[in-house]
Amino acid sequence: MDWLGPEEMEALRLSLRVAFWAMLASLPPGLLCAYALARWRFPGRQLLNLLVHLPLVLPPVVTGYLLLITLGRRAPIGAFLDRFGVTFAFHWTGAALAAAIMGFPLLVRAIRLSLEAVDPKLEEAAATLGAPPVWRFLTVTLPLILPGLLAGAVLSFAKAMGEFGATITFVSNIPGETRTLPSAIYAFLQVPGGEASALRLVALSVAIALAALVLSEVLAQRIARRVGGG
Amino acid sequence: MSLSVRLSHAFEGASLDLAFEAPPGLTALFGASGAGKTSVVRAVAGLLRPDAGRITLEGTVLFDSDARRNLPPHRRRIGYVFQEPRLFPHLSVRGNLIYGRRFAPRGTDDFDRIVTLLGLSALLSRRPGALSGGEQQRVAIGRALLARPRILLADEPLSALDAARKEEILPWLERLRDEAGLPILYVSHSVQEVARLATTVIELEAGRIARFGPAVEVFSDPAFAPSGSREAGALILARICRHHADGLTELDAGGATLYLPELPQPVGTELRLRLPASDVILSRHRPEGLSALNIVAGKVISIREGHGPGALVAVETRAGQILARLTRRSVTALELAEGTDCHAILKTLSIAPGNVGSG
Repeated sequence: MDWLGPEEMEALRLSLRVAFWAMLASLPPGLLCAYALARWRFPGRQLLNLLVHLPLVLPPVVTGYLLLITLGRRAPIGAFLDRFGVTFAFHWTGAALAAAIMGFPLLVRAIRLSLEAVDPKLEEAAATLGAPPVWRFLTVTLPLILPGLLAGAVLSFAKAMGEFGATITFVSNIPGETRTLPSAIYAFLQVPGGEASALRLVALSVAIALAALVLSEVLAQRIARRVGGG
Repeated sequence: MSLSVRLSHAFEGASLDLAFEAPPGLTALFGASGAGKTSVVRAVAGLLRPDAGRITLEGTVLFDSDARRNLPPHRRRIGYVFQEPRLFPHLSVRGNLIYGRRFAPRGTDDFDRIVTLLGLSALLSRRPGALSGGEQQRVAIGRALLARPRILLADEPLSALDAARKEEILPWLERLRDEAGLPILYVSHSVQEVARLATTVIELEAGRIARFGPAVEVFSDPAFAPSGSREAGALILARICRHHADGLTELDAGGATLYLPELPQPVGTELRLRLPASDVILSRHRPEGLSALNIVAGKVISIREGHGPGALVAVETRAGQILARLTRRSVTALELAEGTDCHAILKTLSIAPGNVGSG
């Protein structure tokens, strides 16, 4: 990849790292939220649904600003976490958090849709065969929602690769720390002669996005074939 | 008593209120749809939590509303065969069959025995999606059995299958009842299935028990006329004595000799026969010069007249109690009354193969 300059390479590596951790960290809570929304009836279910979808409809700048005033270094929660060595403000972990939150609604929606397609009667059958709840989930539900889970993960990853507004508001645009691909493209466009670098990064972004989509499609088909029998 | 059930539960616009103790063998829950059969089975399985009651299985309390005890389904050790097979689509037949083994108590490995019993050997590596409906339901039965349940619950396991598939599975169910020694609670609205399989019959009506007793007694009761008296018919028990060269099988039913078209079972086999009441003719004198082979002497014990022109006459014979469906006009013409001696004539070919079950 020597056609990329060191600054561009740095942005790519950082973006991949941020997107990877954003996706991975949002999977467990995403699965839990999707399960709760699809299967449980509890007070506050509508509120949870609303909260999950909020990042989808809020301006990204607003989401970023809300993160800044709650998790910033001088904000109450941020200062508290800082004492335990957990820092989000102006740190790559903050970029990952912002990206995870922005991709969360997409992840939850994809998992929830596939969960709703799994017949709860199968879990009932597993229960009568002696399987405790966690085992039922791991051996019946999880394998059957795998295509949806995968689609959600890819969407979350792709969203994290492209997240800009919330990231730049929350953790700024620090080279090597929080300057992800979109922030780098934005920065290159601000300086004279930066168009070439910006274009290379744009091409890279398009390629990564397409590769992610193709990969998820292939995997989903393979899993569907395996699950569908025949 | 293996299973004891007492429960009451209110649904929207319906309620359930019943108590029974199921003796060993197959106990059929019989009744029209909406009578509450499935709810009883779901309550035993722990999939429905009744408002009140107590359910015990072999001394274990599964549910007790007074003691606030409600064992979750996966700790009840019940086998459940649902109306639809509910096989796990992502597992092979073998994977489905052994799913419950991890949670079953250790013991002799009965995988091969059950696979053979249900004829599943050739299917083990297949996916459920590639099986016929009858094969799927057999796998579902095997899967439930391999979890080593203390009771098998079956909720209309044959209702989604056509007649040929039913005929394919019924013998397996008979073998289970007779060989596995496992108590079975069986939901059905099919008279023929119940007549063929049940040791004990519980008839439900709007969530209450309308009738309870051994199958032979319940079916020979003229007041038990499931879904209209057209389907009435007594059950009698018989044993195969001889296979004759002319294609007939000779049976002994409590000392009375009956002939049926050749049966596949060996000599000595105990059978149960359902005699549809509309195929039984009554005569005051022993008829002569009649083509029917099966004539049994007996005594009228009750006559039940319905709304239409028909009447159901119960006749006590050596073979057991037989029901005959006559017109009211014939009852009058023959001067039939309680205690009248008469002869019941059964047409040899009128006993359909579907009405022959193992004893």
